[in-house]
Amino acid sequence: MKAQESYPIDVAAIREDFPILARKVGGDVTTPGEGEGDTEPLVYLDNAATSQTPKRVVESIVDYYYGYNANVHRGIHQLSQEASVAYEEAHDRVADFIGAEGREEIVFTKNTTEAMNLVAYAWGLNELGPGDRVVLTEMEHHASLVTWQQLAKKTGAEVKYIRVDDEGRLDMEHAKELIDESTKMVSTVHVSNTLGTINPVDELADMAHEVGAYIFVDGAQSVPTRPVDVGDIDADFFAFSGHKMLGPTGIGVLYGKEGVLEDMEPYLYGGDMIRRVTYEDATWEDLPWKFEAGTPNIAQGIGLHAAIDYLDDIGMENVQRHEELLAEYAYDRLSEFDDITIYGPPGDDRGGLVAFNLDSVHAHDLSSILNDYAVAIRAGDHCTQPLHDKLGAAASARASFYVYNTREEVDALVEAVGQARELFA
Amino acid sequence: MGMGSDMYRQQILDHYKNPRNYGEMEDPTFSHVGENPSCGDTIKMDVRLEDDGDTIEYVAFSGDGCAISQASASMLSQQLPGKTLSELKEMDRDDIVDMLGVDISPMRIKCAVLAEKVAQDGAKIYQGEIDLDKTKTED
Ligand SMILES: Cc1ncc(COP(=O)(O)O)c(C=O)c1O
Repeated sequence: MKAQESYPIDVAAIREDFPILARKVGGDVTTPGEGEGDTEPLVYLDNAATSQTPKRVVESIVDYYYGYNANVHRGIHQLSQEASVAYEEAHDRVADFIGAEGREEIVFTKNTTEAMNLVAYAWGLNELGPGDRVVLTEMEHHASLVTWQQLAKKTGAEVKYIRVDDEGRLDMEHAKELIDESTKMVSTVHVSNTLGTINPVDELADMAHEVGAYIFVDGAQSVPTRPVDVGDIDADFFAFSGHKMLGPTGIGVLYGKEGVLEDMEPYLYGGDMIRRVTYEDATWEDLPWKFEAGTPNIAQGIGLHAAIDYLDDIGMENVQRHEELLAEYAYDRLSEFDDITIYGPPGDDRGGLVAFNLDSVHAHDLSSILNDYAVAIRAGDHCTQPLHDKLGAAASARASFYVYNTREEVDALVEAVGQARELFA
Repeated sequence: MGMGSDMYRQQILDHYKNPRNYGEMEDPTFSHVGENPSCGDTIKMDVRLEDDGDTIEYVAFSGDGCAISQASASMLSQQLPGKTLSELKEMDRDDIVDMLGVDISPMRIKCAVLAEKVAQDGAKIYQGEIDLDKTKTED
């Protein structure tokens, strides 16, 4: 077990920036926010679903609404110009953060799911047909799995799934077999939100490019938790969500290589995405605005910028190390229970989350009991139903960590799991 | 810890660990199955009616899932005998919450009412009011 000193983040200082982490819970849920019956300090371990928001991010949104709220790209007045500059600069900041060439490659969406659908509709619907293949993995999130599955049904393309082995890793030999000349798209999750597996996406990108296919990397769990460079991966498309990386809800990112986005038709039509419109026809705005029809989530884009600044101040290497240490500690401590099944690779080789099941307690019961101990985890299928079918579990419990979590919180989790086991013994 | 739900009071744990009327009936008047996809709870209810074709004589259940869904089915199997089919169909979620004797959190209510819904749909199918393969609690 690692000494506590090796944790690279000053968690106590960071926690000060997150008012919600001082919240108590345990009372009535019908009135939101802390109330009378709330007596126990919250242990928030559901970060893979959504992370908490630091003051700096909330303040950036307040500053926008109190100081320069206006529509973007439409007004010549000062507020509109200020809003436009800030919103555009948020694109530059994202580009810089993930190693993209520039704002042309950064499309703001609502979330990862919308980014996936954008590519499925704008590219897939036009390019896929009978005889074409889309290769996914067995550990895809529904955001990618359902989207490509349904698109394949519409277009007559076929979907194949790269096998997940007993340790929760991709079978790369199987990947080699599946990614053949008929393959047009490989869509893979970077870090699995259920198994915690970190997939070799650069190798998959090479395989895809060798047969002339595109690769779409779902970075919803990777961008928040480690340094990511889309150029190093050589991803054609890459997506993630602001709300999982200290940002607000309602903002996500689609990265696409400029040449690839250039060749694609728009996904949504309307205002802001056009250059010239007549009664007969229309031409499109430059990238990335061609893909951002209508008034976008301006405040949320600005909030995402602030979240990235916050993460960069901590340093993404430090974020990653902190996650690894907590995941390993949680893995080791949970392994003390003899009737536990932990899904995915070993503790020293995974993202900052641990999904598991006890033989004796259903995941939903476990989550309810943990809630009684003020420990917030996720219970369910984590939007990976086919993977859960394969694992032979209808649901699992998942604890996921972030920059403000501590070893003591992992201890609280383990303690509460122990209590649940006793209750059901 | 006296917080939130004492959702797992002794009674519920007892019915979960020692389910009553568990198993499949050989000669049910009607049977029906249902599931709660989000939890993976499954319940099959077997119901035998008395000769009047309306009064419930005996109920058995089988299935798999969380403690709330299974305990609820077990308790319901004890409560239903003696009730008529229309009394069964009139039951609502409050009756189940009363029966369980604990506060059920909003996210878990689907688990709690699964057995009731399966029994009710089974009765409606038997009486020709609806046509349904499987009950799902997804509202
Ligand atoms: C791996 C992965 N992909 C996609 C998503 C979907 O993200 P969102 O719901 O923000 O679209 C999530 C999170 O829920 C995820 O964990």
